[in-house]
Amino acid sequence: MRTDITKINEKSSHTELTEGLMVFAGGTSKLFQTGEWRTNTPVFHEDLCKQCLLCAPVCPDGSIPVKDSKRGAFDYDHCKGCGICERVCPFGAIEMKEGNTNGN
Amino acid sequence: MSDYSLKNIMNKPERLAPGHRMCAGCGATIAVRAVLRALHEDDHAVIGNATGCLEVSSFMYPYTAWEDSYIHNAFENAGATLSGVETAYNALKKRGKLPEDETFKFITFGGDGGTYDIGFQSLSGAMERGHDMVYVCYDNGAYMNTGIQRSSATPMYADTTTTPVGKQSDGKMQNRKDLASIIADHDVAYVGQTTFTSDFKDLHSKANKAIYTEGPCFLNIMTPCPRGWRYDTPDIMKICKLAIDTCYWPMFEVDHGKWKLTYEPKKKLPIEDFLRPQGRFKHLFKKGNEDLIVQFQEEVDRRWEDLLYKCAR
Amino acid sequence: MAIKERMSGNEAVAYAIRQVNPDVMPAFPITPSTEIPQMVSTYIANGEMDTEFIPVESEHSSMSAAIGAEAAGARSLTATSSAGLALMWEELLLAASNRMPLALTLVNRTLSGPININCDHSDGMGARDTGWIQIYAENNQEAYDNFIQAYPIAEDARVHLPIMVCQDGFITSHAVENIELLEDELVKDFVGEYEPEEYLLNPGKPIAVGPYSISNYAMEAKKNQEIALENSKEVILEVAEKFKKLSGRGFGLFEEYRTEDADYIMLLMGSAAGTAKQAVDEMREQGKKVGVLKLRVFRPFPAKEIAEALKNCKAVAILDRCESYNGNGGPLGSEVTAGLFRYKVMIEAVNYIYGLAGRDFTVSDAVHVFEELADAVENGKEVEQFQYIRLR
Repeated sequence: MRTDITKINEKSSHTELTEGLMVFAGGTSKLFQTGEWRTNTPVFHEDLCKQCLLCAPVCPDGSIPVKDSKRGAFDYDHCKGCGICERVCPFGAIEMKEGNTNGN
Repeated sequence: MSDYSLKNIMNKPERLAPGHRMCAGCGATIAVRAVLRALHEDDHAVIGNATGCLEVSSFMYPYTAWEDSYIHNAFENAGATLSGVETAYNALKKRGKLPEDETFKFITFGGDGGTYDIGFQSLSGAMERGHDMVYVCYDNGAYMNTGIQRSSATPMYADTTTTPVGKQSDGKMQNRKDLASIIADHDVAYVGQTTFTSDFKDLHSKANKAIYTEGPCFLNIMTPCPRGWRYDTPDIMKICKLAIDTCYWPMFEVDHGKWKLTYEPKKKLPIEDFLRPQGRFKHLFKKGNEDLIVQFQEEVDRRWEDLLYKCAR
Repeated sequence: MAIKERMSGNEAVAYAIRQVNPDVMPAFPITPSTEIPQMVSTYIANGEMDTEFIPVESEHSSMSAAIGAEAAGARSLTATSSAGLALMWEELLLAASNRMPLALTLVNRTLSGPININCDHSDGMGARDTGWIQIYAENNQEAYDNFIQAYPIAEDARVHLPIMVCQDGFITSHAVENIELLEDELVKDFVGEYEPEEYLLNPGKPIAVGPYSISNYAMEAKKNQEIALENSKEVILEVAEKFKKLSGRGFGLFEEYRTEDADYIMLLMGSAAGTAKQAVDEMREQGKKVGVLKLRVFRPFPAKEIAEALKNCKAVAILDRCESYNGNGGPLGSEVTAGLFRYKVMIEAVNYIYGLAGRDFTVSDAVHVFEELADAVENGKEVEQFQYIRLR
């Protein structure tokens, strides 16, 4: 990361900002936690999951990580709790719970 | 694409990072993720973006959601801006200023406002000049970023903030513009119209063709907007399914001038099925407005027949 | 060895573009700058340069594509006039705020309406607050020389701003005059290769350009832009110094012509400076102490330097080739008098509007202005502020 965005914040002086407000790095938004927006939380019941992966592409926030063709735990730092994944799961392996619970 | 497998394709690294500020349940980033999955892992990309929801939410300084190089310039010029980037690539390659073994692809995203309307000229110019790029319209059928004003992509009778339903108004008076056909008439290399299906195969296949077909390519992707369409947010995939099964949103492609239907519903559903779950069409189901739905159905049928004719040629 | 030639301003600029051979040039035709993209296209067609030319469908797209190309890491430029520049307006701001060191060769023409193809400075003046460096030429030689200096100024790490190189429509762009050209190799060495540190097409090193910025960053970003524009002043002078070593032709922020002991100075930009100089020569022969301050660099505006240059004269006539419809004079009039006030130079200053939409400006007009200044100072005659020259 050539632009270290952790050194840029809303109190930075003009001398600390990047030229033209360009960011010389990719994917820095990962440092912004949209998980705080959540009012409902998807809970993953791994025992019910058949790993069909229908949930992974429908997530607007890329918060269902896939590795070796298997989905992992929700990325609660970023999941906004929209509930699309729950509706597409044919096996009831995702349950929406009220509140921002981090899956507990 | 016969070897398409969702389970394999989902192993690819994400090229749109989380942490962007799109609304919960937004269709646009589902589309973006799907398009970017069609890029070969070793290929680089420069992503363009017209001003709109996607832009203001995906690159809010200093947070960029894009793992690839990204340029937003303004609202009406995503086509021209990316045509400049693509030309720079050719110029620098020609002059030996870029490594020969590195490949860049050029993909720009715009909403229907930035594509059908204010950016139409810029898009038309870029397509006509033959730049090797893909223009992706994420079509949610209104200017959502400014608060759900009608666009030329808005369907007839939709309730928007500039075509509000009232005593003297049934919503938008005009039918939507068929942009995919208009771009196909530019005689471009490839045009695909698609939306989300459960395995994302149709979208993936079209994105792959668009990215890896030489010349100007255009994708029109219907991306429902829960705020603007007023359906139950988690139901996005159901809405998409109804859109293709009612033939409201036909999925087709035009590959070097050859029209092809890529999905035909086994049973064409009545348009009410698509309209009913959406708050923007609520007024159509009031007593006395039956004829409006009839008219809507007639328009869907007319366009569907026209498409079948084009594809049968 | 300098090459002696006869060329129009457009030919001279196109010749300079060929010598610089930038990477990308998007352009859309508009009178009187059309010849520039035409000539460049011909050079390319004949294999005399290999810039990638994009025949865009509008000037908005030409500037948009130039920004895209520049951000991608390519040295880029476009050419335009009048309504073309006006259509680009939004993009001019973005070229500057995104800190793209691209070039625009502007052939000044009046803005509509009424539609008219002839020269005034309303196009360039309309873009005066877009954050661009603006350099104005008196003749074809300066148009050529200024273009060759453009990229070394814009691409300097202290600057990174777009640069507009301006010449007067038809008067300069189409009139054929003697010119001294530099050899291709010398120009190539002087301008050098464009080697940006960060750019879109750098494999494995992605960048993001053009963010949404919340208020906490936007004001600071604008300040940084302003600092860069201020920095460009010293860079312009440094580049001019180097260019002088190469060509023997010297440039500053402005040219002072017979002003050292002048009581009355005429301040103006562009081709009319030549007319004013001739008037000065004639009046000097009659023993009148008159001079010309020809402004070359309008952005950054050298207010302090102008105030310093004018502080010993009795009166200045500020000539605007543009109406700014503020009821108080033209843009040069406003900015020069504001500068004089700030630096406490309390001389008589009269603002004239001349040459709108190609209206003639002659030696006798210039003489009349000088006489009017003298009459005001020496006889106490009241002079009408903000008057039109040759208005019927």
